[in-house]
Amino acid sequence: MVALSALAGEGPTSLIQAGGWFLEKAWIIPALPAISFVLILFFGKRMKYKGAEFGIISIAVAFIFAICCVGQWIGQVNNADSYTEKQQYHDEEKHSDKAAHEGILNEEIQRTSFNELGVASSEEIVVSALAEEKDGYSSVGIKPVIERFTWWESGGRSFQVGIMVDGLAVMMLFVVTAISLLVHIYSTEYVAGDRRYTHYFAFLSLFSASMLFFVLSENILQTIVGWELVGVCSFALIGHWWEEKPNSDAALKAFLTNRVGDMGLLVGMIVLFWSAGSWSIVDINNAAINNEIGQSTLLIASLCLTAAVMSKSGQFILHTWLPDAMAGPTPVSALIHAATMVVAGIYMVARLYGVFFEGFDIAGSSFNVLALVGSVTLVGAGLLAFVQDDIKKVLAYSTVSQLGYMVMALGVGAWTAAVFHLFTHAFFKAGLFLGAGSVSHSVHSFDMKKSMGGMRKFMPTTYKTFIVCTIALMGLPPLAGFWSKDEILVGTGGWGLFGGTGGNGTYVFALVMGIIGAALTCAYMTRVIYLTFFGEFRGDTHGHGDPHESGKRITIPLVILAVMATGAGFLNFPVGFLTGSKAGWQERFGHYVEPVATYFPPIAHGTPSWSLAIFSTVVAIIGVSAAGYYFFVKVNAQSPAATELTNGLTEKSKVAKAGHTLLKQKYYLDHLYTDIIANGTKGPVADATYWTNQKGIDEAVNQVGKQTARAATFVYEKIDQNMVDGVVNLSGKASEGLGETTRTIIQRGKIHQYAAIMFAATTILAGLLIVFV
Amino acid sequence: MVAQNVFFGIMALIMICAALKVVRTKNVVHAALWLVVVLGGVAGQFLLLGAEFVGVTQVLVYIGAVVVLLLFGVMLTKASLGEEADLNMPNRTLPAIIAALMFGVMTYALIDTFRDTELPRESVTNAATVSDSIFADYIVPFEAVSVLLLAALIGAVVVARKE
Amino acid sequence: MLLVQFLLLSSVLFCIGIYGVLARKNGVMVLMSIELILNAVNINLVAFGTMTNNIAGEVFALFVIAIAAAEVGVGLAIVLLIFRNRSSVDLSSIDSMKG
Repeated sequence: MVALSALAGEGPTSLIQAGGWFLEKAWIIPALPAISFVLILFFGKRMKYKGAEFGIISIAVAFIFAICCVGQWIGQVNNADSYTEKQQYHDEEKHSDKAAHEGILNEEIQRTSFNELGVASSEEIVVSALAEEKDGYSSVGIKPVIERFTWWESGGRSFQVGIMVDGLAVMMLFVVTAISLLVHIYSTEYVAGDRRYTHYFAFLSLFSASMLFFVLSENILQTIVGWELVGVCSFALIGHWWEEKPNSDAALKAFLTNRVGDMGLLVGMIVLFWSAGSWSIVDINNAAINNEIGQSTLLIASLCLTAAVMSKSGQFILHTWLPDAMAGPTPVSALIHAATMVVAGIYMVARLYGVFFEGFDIAGSSFNVLALVGSVTLVGAGLLAFVQDDIKKVLAYSTVSQLGYMVMALGVGAWTAAVFHLFTHAFFKAGLFLGAGSVSHSVHSFDMKKSMGGMRKFMPTTYKTFIVCTIALMGLPPLAGFWSKDEILVGTGGWGLFGGTGGNGTYVFALVMGIIGAALTCAYMTRVIYLTFFGEFRGDTHGHGDPHESGKRITIPLVILAVMATGAGFLNFPVGFLTGSKAGWQERFGHYVEPVATYFPPIAHGTPSWSLAIFSTVVAIIGVSAAGYYFFVKVNAQSPAATELTNGLTEKSKVAKAGHTLLKQKYYLDHLYTDIIANGTKGPVADATYWTNQKGIDEAVNQVGKQTARAATFVYEKIDQNMVDGVVNLSGKASEGLGETTRTIIQRGKIHQYAAIMFAATTILAGLLIVFV
Repeated sequence: MVAQNVFFGIMALIMICAALKVVRTKNVVHAALWLVVVLGGVAGQFLLLGAEFVGVTQVLVYIGAVVVLLLFGVMLTKASLGEEADLNMPNRTLPAIIAALMFGVMTYALIDTFRDTELPRESVTNAATVSDSIFADYIVPFEAVSVLLLAALIGAVVVARKE
Repeated sequence: MLLVQFLLLSSVLFCIGIYGVLARKNGVMVLMSIELILNAVNINLVAFGTMTNNIAGEVFALFVIAIAAAEVGVGLAIVLLIFRNRSSVDLSSIDSMKG
């Protein structure tokens, strides 16, 4: 195991400046969809394809650019590797015993402590003499490509705007443009003939532009701008069919819930700016890692930013907007509410990882807010997915749950695992959403119980791709989800059996929740598969004949996503797996994406173990089999059209019934927000007091009183009953009277009175200040 | 110096009387006209303090625009041109007490802190200095204010127009 | 000249303005009282600016003037809207926000 304390203050290795035309000109990628947005807005309706062509062409070109960026970045990393190897050669001679160790070259990566990260001076290579490195391994770090210029100056501070391209950004560029392109193509058929077809494509373009802008942002100001822009696009697209009340309500809910977290984002970013004295992400991370900012300041900033992550990435308890956001068109759900925008929170944490790593002291502890929020979300949302009948809502809760995995991984220090899961999840979840959209396109409904069933006969392609993506989501080997999920579980460092340890700290709770979540995922996805594709068709086609397979423009994206869902996991085989010449195929993704630079904290990497991988797979198979037995055997035996057992557990057991109701009501969180918090603050404080008195305290007291009184009657006859009742009524009356008094005296809606109170209070406070200070 | 102090005293007296008239008179139009006196007095005080540009702007914007706007408001809300009985709240003792209390607190604090602070002489700033400052150091707040004015303009039109 | 004489003048105007805001019922009159308050603040800004020989005081006084213009515009629009809906600008009758 790496002794983390030894990592701090290591001697410098060397840094190499990344360069290349595509990387330096990466700003073109967000600019393309932005131009397309303007074009669609002004000329879209006059074009032959109503503006869709602008969107598709721009995003296709952006996708090609993104691929070029990926290629160039890989070239840069390989370039750095060749320097590493030269140094390695000398080291190996000294440590021949260690060098024989599985041929792993880049496993333990030295962090450098250069502070200077200037603007790109291309191809400048700083190779300094290597001191004796621990374990004999070292690596050449890569400076990210930073292109920036001063936007404006005010009050002695300069505000810059620019791009920052490193492995993480390049990976996100690829994901966003790829999914966006597929969704654009899919949408041309899915929303064909829609009342706001042109508008729809305009917003898709704007969304792609803002998301790419967010990804490339060089400083936290740009991050905030991009963050808000994607929020606005999400709002507009959820409310795409705003004529129906639920849709506009859902859009508002998404927007307002996100505002709650955005306050956290603003406060956190401002704290970071004032403590680091710079807007630049690199500077802030450097300051955090080099202990130039106090730990408590970092903790406050991290907590505020965590609130932002909770709203944007749908973490418990601010996740409630995400399932409602499914009111938007399905391709939007796939693009924004599964693959890209909702991972903005994850991306932000990954970007500012130095802050979180130091703020939460991830390396040294076994518990922090990120890990807690993530673990609770991943199990809580997994449970909620069981009781949803709307296929998109199941997938939405599944997204929430998978985002929980990523947040948890970041919380336990498994940075690469989190980012890798982000990568694989984007493909298979987008595939699932688009598959669900394809089904609903033919049955015109999302209700699995009422309108689906037996769809595998009608829609073979959709069925096959959906199954592939489902298996990827379940985390069964060898599909994508398995590799990323396994890496997260390894990263918790909680598995000490049969070798395979490591990671930062010992997060046993996170490991347990992660394994439970894996079983839950398998079970609810089995339910979805059964209800949608097996059994008998329960829908009503209104005389249109049987449902039929969707067109090419829908199925081709599905097939591509299914292929990605199969193959994406192979990009990051764990260490010790398929070791060929050099590093073989292991850890390729992590190797190219994880920054080796000064602005990235010294995280430790867990060593994977076969036992954990096998155990989690067994758990997953148990989840599938349990749900499979229930649906495919028992429910199917009852009737092929049945959706659940009529004499199931919820009918038999009261506890199960109560649990079911709790889940149906989504843990009553919406009640909490709308009935208690919103209505409580709508009429100001006195109103709330009054309300609490009337409904809360009074009723509670009365209820308690009544129950007690009943018991009293049973035992003591009438005397006690009267007494208890009397006391209860008295206390109730008293509290009610107090509420009523406050309400009528203070809360009369007279603005003059409010103003008078305000001025008087100000005067008194000022007077007190003068007297006492 | 004496002349300036005398000038200040006269102006302050006029301004206070006019301000009292603004809040006491029963005629809405008269109140607006008394307000002109106060605003003009404030402009004079700015000149006395050596802030030429602010003084002139005060005259242009306040007396030229704001008061006219207020008179339009008076007109559009169909106030009678003569005396009006229903301008004041029934209870005016409490406001007076609050105002007096606040004045007491502020006076005590001000005299306690700045009893003998002299203002520097000959500190006249001209328009060039002000504009240099606005368009260099305070360009961003300046732009923000211009956006705010635009927003207020649009907002006022939207709120006040007839459907 | 003493600094405190300007500050006292400003505090007198400020308190008269507050009295006006609290004692007036007519919406337009309340707006006029608010103008008194804003002008009192402006005198303060300029006086302190002169004392510290800092141009910022004057610049911010200018900003306050600009914002006051915006405030009067929006305020009067609201008063007009109230007048149109209730054919009166009596602020004491507007109490639909009561709890």
